[in-house]
Amino acid sequence: MGINFRKETFRDDFTFRNSPEFIRRFPFPFHEDAYMYAVNIEPHVQGPKGTVFENLIDVDEHYVSEMQDRAKVLAEDPLRCQSLPHMTLAGWDLLELLMTEQAKGYPEHFTLTRDGDRWRWINRPLGIDDTFTFGDLSTLPYGPMEYITRQSQGDFCILDQRDGNLWMDAGMVTTQADWSLDFDIGMNFFEWHAPVPLAHEKGIFTRALKFLTNIQQGKPARRLNWTMTINPRLDTSPENYHKWGPDRTTVTPDNVGDKVHLRVELQSFWRLPRSNALVFPIRCYLIKMEELVTVPKWARRFHRVLRDLPNELVEYKGLTRYRPAVIEWLSKYDDGAPTSPGFTPD
Amino acid sequence: MSAGTTKLNVTVTDVVAVNELVKRFHFERSDGGDLPTFSGGAHVVVEMRDGDKSRLNPYSLMSSPHNTRDYTISVRRDDSGRGGSLFMHNRVKRGMEMVISYPVNLFSLDLRARKHLLLAGGIGITPFMAQTAQLAGEGGNFELHYTCRTPALGTYADVLRDRYGKRVNIYYDDTNERLPLERLLTSQPLGTHLYVCGPAGMIRWVRETAAAHGWPDETVHYEHFAAPQPGLPFDVTLALSKMQISVGEEQSLLEAMEAAGIDPPYLCRGGVCGQCETNVVSYDGTFRHNDHWLTEAEHCSGKKIMPCVSRFEGKSLVLER
Repeated sequence: MGINFRKETFRDDFTFRNSPEFIRRFPFPFHEDAYMYAVNIEPHVQGPKGTVFENLIDVDEHYVSEMQDRAKVLAEDPLRCQSLPHMTLAGWDLLELLMTEQAKGYPEHFTLTRDGDRWRWINRPLGIDDTFTFGDLSTLPYGPMEYITRQSQGDFCILDQRDGNLWMDAGMVTTQADWSLDFDIGMNFFEWHAPVPLAHEKGIFTRALKFLTNIQQGKPARRLNWTMTINPRLDTSPENYHKWGPDRTTVTPDNVGDKVHLRVELQSFWRLPRSNALVFPIRCYLIKMEELVTVPKWARRFHRVLRDLPNELVEYKGLTRYRPAVIEWLSKYDDGAPTSPGFTPD
Repeated sequence: MSAGTTKLNVTVTDVVAVNELVKRFHFERSDGGDLPTFSGGAHVVVEMRDGDKSRLNPYSLMSSPHNTRDYTISVRRDDSGRGGSLFMHNRVKRGMEMVISYPVNLFSLDLRARKHLLLAGGIGITPFMAQTAQLAGEGGNFELHYTCRTPALGTYADVLRDRYGKRVNIYYDDTNERLPLERLLTSQPLGTHLYVCGPAGMIRWVRETAAAHGWPDETVHYEHFAAPQPGLPFDVTLALSKMQISVGEEQSLLEAMEAAGIDPPYLCRGGVCGQCETNVVSYDGTFRHNDHWLTEAEHCSGKKIMPCVSRFEGKSLVLER
């Protein structure tokens, strides 16, 4: 039967919303009533039907509109997509991964046919039917990474692995939580994480790097990260801060439910076979406060998490200005009842 | 996460005697599917079940990384080793079912290099078979220098010459041909990366000479899997598991732990990757460190051991496992 793709916007009139069954599958990131950094990494294996882990590369009802939004971002700012010269092979690796996983998970929407190096890719939602030679740049309209990430939800960072470190040497980044590929390109793991508070002191990055450099082919891993966004805007980049920064002053007690969004990133980590690089797909999911509170457990828990969040994290995530209004609004949905352990709705 | 990598069930499709010391083994997936693509320099761990003994040895993949029908490895017979290579030579036959790991690459090409200078000694040629296939396919700039004992033992020298012509240079010990290392290291264009795989002495010589001529560390790549050495048997107490185990003469400490049902993480089983690093709780005796992972200071500290290749002689050893 396939997915019913919504026609919606992530800018201007902001018509984005989640349909009821997509609210239930939202990757709510808090397994208990408090939040602190941890190396919360687990194997990226398929999960139950009706969750975002049903397929390892998730496609949802926002797919077509997100791809249209990405095309607009790229038209205004081509530097959101960059690949250093030695990363082309990794781009082909990523093209293979995304085509294979999308065709496997959603055969009614995507078809990949391989005849040696001659590949045919059909993307029905976007009306694409291309035949090309794998490995031959001249047979695609863009480089392999750009070609496939214009057709895949989420941001993608490709990291070269050398000298015991990871290097941000290629990426497609248009739905980011206030960081810039153009600024980070060529940096190593510690350099691009330098602004994160508290985690360095806890030794989290040293341990995380050790884990990531040992990720093996066929054994991807994942973690969830979160922040909040005012209006359902995918492109909250530093480059466009002047467009979304002022939104944070517009939150009032009356508009919290519609304007304030929990923004969850599903980050997964994959070893790429030909290049030995790693790819981090960073998939962004948005949910409005009025959608979130339709799940009573999530309403109670998110109220408690936000209320008790350490100040450093409030600052770093940019929540300072509107957090009191959101806590006040959420408190109406928290009767103090205990919550069950784990992420899922009761 | 669990020990090692994802496993592959494979069937031995061919065994070829390359010369008097080296045999080549071909594997295909037993279910008929494709094998994973890999990158030049990757190895697989081959599991050898020999009665109640099991050995897991790493071997470099030498087939083209683009060939997903079959994987090939070459094994040099080591008559004084622990028996892994002898098992491969004497017991592994066409049609046999075996288990190997997914490919792991701890000797990856640096794809930024303007030129790749590859130096091989003896059976150290195998990772370069895959790397040259990868580089040639992408129009990469490389030069291979290969030293071996005699023409008869020059494993794949003829194949490489046929494939790559003048980009391959071969030196035979028995006619006193020497790798002109100083000249090579002082005449490379800026942006060259150096790769060496061969006996320990050769790796040391190349790294020291490169350092002496000002090659930055990050441009010098080497792979040295220390095969676990046999040695005197010893007893170990595993403090966390509350167990006593004995390590046999031809068994590694890691294998002895696995035989006792403990599964420390591992990737290379050759003292390189660092996965099986184990803390020492107490000891009375002498460590025989054979790894390339711990620092000299750590070796002297008596606080850590790499159970895949290192051994112990003495009265007692207690490990945090």
